[in-house]
Amino acid sequence: MTARIGVVTFPGSLDDRDTRRAIRVAGAEPVALWHKDKDLKQVDAVVLCGGFSYGDYLRAGAIARFSPVMGTVIDQARAGLPVLGICNGFQILTEAHLLPGAMLGNDHLHFICRDQKLRVENAETAWTTDYTAGQEIHIPLKNMDGRYVADRRTLDELEAEGRVAFRYVARGEAADGCGNPNGSLNDIAGISNAAGNVVGLMPHPEHAVDPLIGTGRTDGLPFFTSILKKLVNA
Amino acid sequence: MSRTPLDTVEHAAATPDVELPWAELGLKKDEYERIVEILGRRPTGAELAMYSVMWSEHCSYKSSKVHLRQFGEKAPESDALLVGIGENAGVVDVGQGYAVTFKVESHNHPSYVEPYQGAATGVGGIVRDIIAMGARPVAVVDPLRFGAADHPDTKRVLPGVVAGIGGYGNCLGLPNIGGEVVFDACYQGNPLVNAGAIGVMRHEDIHLAKASGAGNKVILYGARTGGDGIGGASILASETFDDAKPSKRPAVQVGDPFQEKLLIECTLEAFAEKLVVGIQDLGAAGLSCATSELASNGSGGMRVTLDDVPLRDSTLSPEEILMSESQERMCAVVEPDKVDRFLAICDKWDVIATVIGEVTDGDRLEIFWHGGKIVDVDPRTVAHDGPVYERPYARPSWQDELQADDANTLPRPRTGEELKEQVRTLVGSPNQASKQWITQQYDHFVQGNTVLAQPEDSGMIRVDEESGLGVAIATDGNGRYAKLDPYTGAQLALAEAYRNVATTGAKPLAVSDCLNFGSPEDPAVMWQFAEAVRGLADGCQQLGTPVTGGNVSLYNQTGEAAIHPTPVVAVLGVIDDVARRTPVAFQEEGQLLYLLGDTREEFGGSAWAQVVHDHLGGLPPKVDLERERLLGEILISASRDGMIDSAHDLSDGGLIQAVVESALLGGKGARLVVPDGLDAFTFLFSESAGRAVVAVPRSEEVRFNDMCGARGLPATRIGVVDGDTVEVQGEFALSLAELREVHEATIPALLA
Repeated sequence: MTARIGVVTFPGSLDDRDTRRAIRVAGAEPVALWHKDKDLKQVDAVVLCGGFSYGDYLRAGAIARFSPVMGTVIDQARAGLPVLGICNGFQILTEAHLLPGAMLGNDHLHFICRDQKLRVENAETAWTTDYTAGQEIHIPLKNMDGRYVADRRTLDELEAEGRVAFRYVARGEAADGCGNPNGSLNDIAGISNAAGNVVGLMPHPEHAVDPLIGTGRTDGLPFFTSILKKLVNA
Repeated sequence: MSRTPLDTVEHAAATPDVELPWAELGLKKDEYERIVEILGRRPTGAELAMYSVMWSEHCSYKSSKVHLRQFGEKAPESDALLVGIGENAGVVDVGQGYAVTFKVESHNHPSYVEPYQGAATGVGGIVRDIIAMGARPVAVVDPLRFGAADHPDTKRVLPGVVAGIGGYGNCLGLPNIGGEVVFDACYQGNPLVNAGAIGVMRHEDIHLAKASGAGNKVILYGARTGGDGIGGASILASETFDDAKPSKRPAVQVGDPFQEKLLIECTLEAFAEKLVVGIQDLGAAGLSCATSELASNGSGGMRVTLDDVPLRDSTLSPEEILMSESQERMCAVVEPDKVDRFLAICDKWDVIATVIGEVTDGDRLEIFWHGGKIVDVDPRTVAHDGPVYERPYARPSWQDELQADDANTLPRPRTGEELKEQVRTLVGSPNQASKQWITQQYDHFVQGNTVLAQPEDSGMIRVDEESGLGVAIATDGNGRYAKLDPYTGAQLALAEAYRNVATTGAKPLAVSDCLNFGSPEDPAVMWQFAEAVRGLADGCQQLGTPVTGGNVSLYNQTGEAAIHPTPVVAVLGVIDDVARRTPVAFQEEGQLLYLLGDTREEFGGSAWAQVVHDHLGGLPPKVDLERERLLGEILISASRDGMIDSAHDLSDGGLIQAVVESALLGGKGARLVVPDGLDAFTFLFSESAGRAVVAVPRSEEVRFNDMCGARGLPATRIGVVDGDTVEVQGEFALSLAELREVHEATIPALLA
């Protein structure tokens, strides 16, 4: 048996097809979900993919959070449904208060697209068990509003509970995708909720699943194999 | 509100003596008289609006048409061409049932006035051209030219243009995989913002801009129509109506990439359900263009009710509605029984769609407003029978002097130390420096099919996941070469783009172009244009790569000073399996470096002459298209058969620039030996065409040499991939760290 993983398409979603492909490459069954549809088609997990939902003219993710599909996603995520938010998906998860904090514009005020070096900090969430803690990986990053911020208490809580899932690697040669690319507090690239079923990150693991494509690395695949194993073994 | 009577066709016939502002709308007296002759009466205000925009230089190609015909007349035999010049974009067969459409267009003038929106809507326009052919857009490329890198205005224009391209393209989910950024003082005040796009479809999905089948409905969908992008229409409007409306309209349109993304998805869904008979995007000249093009290319006429056009501004006059260049709009022709389904798809994507007319069995384009007929024309006379000018042209008097100012006589470096210093200067000069600060503002990963992106020699996109079929595109154009000799310069642009495609392992198939020149009213500029077109047409004939379409941008000049003639050439290629592609970066230490082709003392128009001596004179490098073709075949074979692991074409900056780029991208150095018969300076800096440098695994050396020998391509072993320096034995060595610092610091220092 395999797992069915839903990928939501909002108007303005861009990486929905790529994310479905990554799920397929990992061996799971991708299921297309539509923003106007409350029905999650009985999927076992959901990915909110990258893009500019509803144009993101108000604030990234601010409108998507109120879509019909998100009503169901929010309810089920609180009940334990695994949810991964990538880039715009991460922004939507913070707007929906499934994850704490918020994303501001990059400190250099430019869109940035590069192969970003990350360190896996928590390899025990639903989406990260195929990594090892401390592992360094390269995942493409591409965004305008990627600067993670939260108040000091929230940051302390995230750190204390080990909920910082991915961190930008601060040192090394800049040419190697090192360094905090946007001014995110605590070099945070991704976080999880307390239960570990909801994970959000700015870089795009779905763009790193095929050695021929993009940066030529497959460091993003473990996201999808992690969840598949968890669901199949459940 | 006091209103003069609606200027209907009847009214126009009854009032032959009413003076219309044809001159203010940019028409010449004889052009206006021709319109009167065509109609047999004076035009109505609405008809005049349509003719004036459709007969403009931009839409009618009236100055360039007589030259552009050569692309058709000299077109080589090609099985690959499915749709040629004249449609929204050309379509090329790439095998396995796939077709690819591609095109490059200019958005130069708007991008100078308002860099962000000018560049953004340039991307939007070219992408709609691609959709209108039935294809899903899969990538964009952006050839850009700016004034001097250190000029204060460049710091205004460039960041805005780059942010606009990124802001629009990134929101559409289109990977940006190629293009160029070139600085030259000649583009001060006339930056060139060319935008290219590629789309992929199945053969059976090709759509054309034609309205056929009487009774079929004309559906306008996408954004509402507003007052943006209207030039002279307000003149007409003020003749007809009072002025109870906003008087100042922005001349540059404003883009909404989100709306365009919805437009892409809903159009492709409508195509997939076979709901569309004909389609046209609304770009320059808006509805005037879409209705007259659709009607004149189809079998019948067309009747349109302008009152049904959804408006952003209810005070717009019919002339303004016809001329508006509001972005993100498309026009489809749909059979009556499929209209409901079409509208349902638009509704799913929250796209406004309205039936505004229908195809008739007559041969007239008739447009109604408030019940009156305001347009009654033969659409061909609007869309296709515009004026054609045989502009006078003459070789400029200064051309001889320019060519006599030989760059080969410039003082050359005499010691290893001087060579080293000039290499540092070259790789850190704005044109040769890394453009990463710019390209990292573009998404090149989205869609998950990007095999190669800038700074590779060509961008490459996977078309089929199962078979690995892919397409490659490169755009090139060297205005300095073209200034020295426009005929040769155009061929060099073609040769370089062709070579760049072949270097990555793809077979060049077809050409598109964007021809950027000064004022056609200057005989010297017109000569440059005529020579460049002749050169390109001859070159394409010789290489067997047909021109599938293109774009002309004239009047790129300030006062008497025209830009360098800048023909930008895009070459599209196909590769059977993207796994065989060849990257620029050095892959493994110990691999042998071979220089392919002949190196001559050619420095006219070179980067070295510009950077070291601020010199432009002499003759550009010689072109040998047979050699280019042979080189291409060798590169493609070597890639397919695994004989080379990296390859880089040699162009501006010569061999040393190419080796430094390959070394920095691969993080591996090189040891070079100056071959017999060449001096170090010529070896490093010459810009002779028809050359590439390749890295050959030692196990493949014999086989590779045998192939080059058998085919008669000079292949010279020049060194080895090794260490963390770029060393020219007996001359100098530069560490990769130092080269990286010099190469990567320049652009951020100037622009960030």
